[in-house]
Amino acid sequence: MNRPEKIDFILAGVGGQGTILASDILTEAGYRSGYDVKKSEVHGMSQRGGSVESQVRWGSAVRSPLVEKGRADFLVGFEMLEAARWPAYLAPGGLALVNRYRIFPPAVNTGHADYPAEEEIDRRIAARARLVWWIDATGLAAGLGHPAAAGVVLLGALANYLPVADEVWQTVVQDLVPPRHVDLNRRAFAAGRALACPDGR
Amino acid sequence: MPKVMSGNEAVAYGAYLAGVRVASGYPGTPSTEILENLVRYPGIATEWATNEKVGFDVAVGAAYAGARALVTMKHVGLNVAAESLFYSSYTGLTAGLVVVTADDPGMFSSQNEQDNRRYGQFAKVPVVEPSDSEEARRFTQEAFAISEQFDVPVLLRTTTRIAHSSSAVETVEGHPPRGRRDAPPSRRETPAWRSGDHAFPRDQQKYVMIPAYARMRHPVVEERLTRLAAYAETSGLNQVIPGDRELGIVTCGVAYQYAREVFPTASFLKLGLVYPLPAQLIRTFAAGVKRLIIVEELDPFLEEQIRLLGVEAEGKKFFSLTDEYTPDRLRNWAAQAGLAPVPEFPPVPGAALPGRPPMLCPGCGHRGVFYVLHKLKPVVMGDIGCYTLGAAPPLYAIHTCGCMGAGIGVAQGAERAGVKDKVVAVIGDSTFYHSGMAPLVNVLWNNSPVTTIILDNLVTAMTGHQVNPGSGATLQGEGLGMDLERMLRRMGFSLVDTVDPLDYETTLRVIKRHLETDAPTVVVARRPCALQTRFREAPYLIDPVACTSCGTCLKLGCVAVSKYGGTMSINQELCVGCGLCAAVCPQKAVKSSTGVAN
Ligand SMILES: Cc1ncc(C[n+]2csc(CCOP(=O)(O)OP(=O)(O)O)c2C)c(N)n1
Repeated sequence: MNRPEKIDFILAGVGGQGTILASDILTEAGYRSGYDVKKSEVHGMSQRGGSVESQVRWGSAVRSPLVEKGRADFLVGFEMLEAARWPAYLAPGGLALVNRYRIFPPAVNTGHADYPAEEEIDRRIAARARLVWWIDATGLAAGLGHPAAAGVVLLGALANYLPVADEVWQTVVQDLVPPRHVDLNRRAFAAGRALACPDGR
Repeated sequence: MPKVMSGNEAVAYGAYLAGVRVASGYPGTPSTEILENLVRYPGIATEWATNEKVGFDVAVGAAYAGARALVTMKHVGLNVAAESLFYSSYTGLTAGLVVVTADDPGMFSSQNEQDNRRYGQFAKVPVVEPSDSEEARRFTQEAFAISEQFDVPVLLRTTTRIAHSSSAVETVEGHPPRGRRDAPPSRRETPAWRSGDHAFPRDQQKYVMIPAYARMRHPVVEERLTRLAAYAETSGLNQVIPGDRELGIVTCGVAYQYAREVFPTASFLKLGLVYPLPAQLIRTFAAGVKRLIIVEELDPFLEEQIRLLGVEAEGKKFFSLTDEYTPDRLRNWAAQAGLAPVPEFPPVPGAALPGRPPMLCPGCGHRGVFYVLHKLKPVVMGDIGCYTLGAAPPLYAIHTCGCMGAGIGVAQGAERAGVKDKVVAVIGDSTFYHSGMAPLVNVLWNNSPVTTIILDNLVTAMTGHQVNPGSGATLQGEGLGMDLERMLRRMGFSLVDTVDPLDYETTLRVIKRHLETDAPTVVVARRPCALQTRFREAPYLIDPVACTSCGTCLKLGCVAVSKYGGTMSINQELCVGCGLCAAVCPQKAVKSSTGVAN
């Protein structure tokens, strides 16, 4: 696989969905593959079911921990509505991987707002992305043992596009995931990796 | 081998490498993870304090006694500890004292975005500011050296974006960084240096700040600042990065990283020692460039001082005083100033999306109290913690919130002003031990008929479940807890009741009784934090036949309960089975999925 000079990622989800673990794995995988890396995330209030986002950057020398709008190569959405907030950060021609999974925000729960339709979300993201890859990651993870492994299913799918050797992913998962969850997460990663990319990658 | 670490992990590692012996602090985003990491290293007495001032004094005592000491807090914590910063500036120390102030531009988790570099100038102590994790490690070590060389506490200022971003950090052979998987060494094994041959320095003129001695210290402080400014001229913390002579940029902290991307060819003066400033270095740098721009988050702290030097510079004329900087914002301002091009991207279509604010978790005990307050409608003076979310819709049950510990005093003031409302103060357990005890004694002393409700979830939940004196353990997981009710009765409160806030009927009855009592009273609403304990029982269901869609359950503001497409339902994955919605349902239409009637 050719090795881009820089790769920027945005991971977006809901507090408690595991975006932090996924971004840790992604950061470490880039570092062990020879990139300089930076990762940025915000803790705090977001734990309580609010929107969470982390940004991961790989490059020869990364300066800003934040990605500029229009520069991200990948948008990984752990939840559909959260993915829909970030397309402006994608570079034209970037790729979005979106978990086909909804968590209703309070305004939708109380009937004060509508949850946007999948087509509407797709249209928003496709205004920037060359491809929106919808993945039933939560369903796949639930089938493997726990829906919380959805994030690692998404990483497995993402790995199809990244210049990182399989052994590197394996050891990073081993090193970062709590020991009793390593097996589940390995299988989740493999399941994502085995998915057929819509662009034939 | 270098290791990828967050800014906070890197500060902890740097402090360990510097040989810190005593560390204290109070949790506060974005500073909290420093002590949570430091506790994993051997040979250090690492402790949570009840509040920032107490933690600061613990660190001062250690530094007086000859042990390198660290104290950590968020920006507003330094307001609480300000007294200690000012006296320790006068006294100086025997061994190094580093004070971490973690500022929060953008207020991700704070009530304001004050710029604590100003505290350095105010208290006449140096301020060091890193711009990535490697600098966080290196500057922490340097800060200890500066502290000892100049006999001064040193402020290490970080911001959220430095504290919570990760990047590679150099490591030292034989002193590996510790991580999540390393258990804290037992407190009994630390500190290793407690040998007993170490006497406290009895130097009254230095350490007793009565006016006669303080008058002798003040000139020392001023003269020290002059020497620090001279040191700044050659300090390795400041760095010139030569580039194009058309544009020169003076910057510090994470803003430096953004500026390098937005102005890739400019010349840079990057300040790591942001107070006091190197006047000569700045003049020379300014003379070598055509236009001088200052890029700094929040206040024009560098800009004001640089202009006072008589150097022409532009900064806040273009760049905002408010909110966190991002590379996007900086690029847009730079474009408006004609300093950088703005790239065009295809627009993203679509209407505004529904927001997703943080909410009280399913199963949270705080909800039970706020629902009762929502029904009884007293005026409620709040405080800071997860429970501040009781102010949010649909409960709207908190009417003031200023800073930690404010609620009880504000309640007393409103009561003394003679409002017609019943007056209640709500305060979390950690906040109570932090700064709630003095105002509660004040309520009692002045016999103000305020009802104080202590929301006791046995932990400091907001900042990520740190222990507090009521939790029954120290940072190392050892020790014993407080008997809160006994303490309240001993203080002199005659009416103290404890309730389980998810027991709706009892909580309603007890709070009602307290509101009707014309005396200072306290309710302890005790329920372990549902998020921390991962509380989970069989979920509840709505019987569609019995349900009249009256919406009472929606008033609880629980994410698991929804009215979607006109019918009420409970999300079976999100519901943890606390049963509060069943208790408040007027139709008794909410039932446990186990089939057991509530
Ligand atoms: C002076 C100061 N220090 C620290 C903080 C950060 N902080 C916000 S809330 C909180 C404590 C909350 O704990 P508790 O009172 O037990 O309430 P809970 O979150 O558990 O409901 C802390 C430490 C702050 N806002 N102000």
